[in-house]
Amino acid sequence: METFTPVSSLAGGALIGIAASLLLLLHGRVAGISGMVGEALRGGASIRGEGVYRLAFLAGLAITGLVLRIVHPSLLSASGAPSAMGIVLIVAAGLLVGYGTRLGDGCTSGHGVCGISRVSKRSMAATVTFMAVGALTVFVVRHVLGITL
Amino acid sequence: MTPISPTTRVLGALASGVLFALGLAVSGMVRPTKVLAFLDFAGAWDPSLAFVMIGAIGVHAVAVVVARRRGRPIASDKFHWSDRAAIDPPLVAGAVVFGFGWGLAGFCPGPALVTAASGSLGAVLFVAAMAGGMFLRHHGQRRIR
Repeated sequence: METFTPVSSLAGGALIGIAASLLLLLHGRVAGISGMVGEALRGGASIRGEGVYRLAFLAGLAITGLVLRIVHPSLLSASGAPSAMGIVLIVAAGLLVGYGTRLGDGCTSGHGVCGISRVSKRSMAATVTFMAVGALTVFVVRHVLGITL
Repeated sequence: MTPISPTTRVLGALASGVLFALGLAVSGMVRPTKVLAFLDFAGAWDPSLAFVMIGAIGVHAVAVVVARRRGRPIASDKFHWSDRAAIDPPLVAGAVVFGFGWGLAGFCPGPALVTAASGSLGAVLFVAAMAGGMFLRHHGQRRIR
C-alpha cells in the first residue's frame, strides 16, 4: 500500500515546474516528453540546429536516472526482471502509451503540466480524458479482473 | 545584452532535464505502484500525485505569465507554443489510448525513460515498446499524406 506524501509530492512537482520553466524561458520550448522522444525518433540522431536542446534534455533525464540508481535507489522501483505476465502487460502498455501520446499530441508533461499552466482547453480535455481512462483501467484490472501486479 | 553561447544553451536544456527527472523521482511519479494507487479510486486511494500537479502547475503558470510579457525566450527567437485549440477526435482518441496504457503499467513517458536509464529491465522493455508505438503512429501519418 502506498503512503500519502503531500510534502514530497508538492516539492517534486515544484521541481518539475522549475525544469519546465527553464526550458520555456531559455529555449521557448514546451517540456513535453512524448513530443521530444517522438521528434528525436523521427529526426534520427540529429545534433544540429534546434534538435540539440531536445537531446540535451533527454540526456539530462537519462543521466539522472542512472545516478539515482547509484546514490538513492529507494526513490525508484525495483530493477529486477518482470514476470511473464508482467512482460506482456508492459509491452502492451508501452505500445499504447507510445501510439496514444503521438496521436493525442502529448502526455502527462506536455498536456498535464505545460498545457494546463497556459490554460489550454485542448490540454485540459486531454488530461481529464487520460486520467479518467487511466482510473477506469485500474478499476477494471484490479477490481473487476482481480489482477494486482 | 550578451549573446548566449551554444554551450550555455545545451547546458541549460541538460539542467532542465536533470531537474525534471529529480522532480519525477522526489514526487513519486517514477514509481508505477504510486501512480496506480493514485488512479485507484475504488481501492486504497493515494491522492499524492494531485499534489505533483499542483506544485508543477503552480510554478510553471508563473513562468508562462513571465514568458508572455517577455515576448521572446532568452536563447531562441520565439516561443514554440502549440497554435491548435480544437478539441478534435485525434486528441481525444489519443488521450484514451494513452490513458489505457498508463492505467495498465503506471508508466508515462518521462518516468519510464528515467527508470529505463536507471537499469530497470521492465522500464527498458516499456520504452522499447513505447518507441514502437510512436513509430506506428508516425508510419500511419506518412501513409495518409
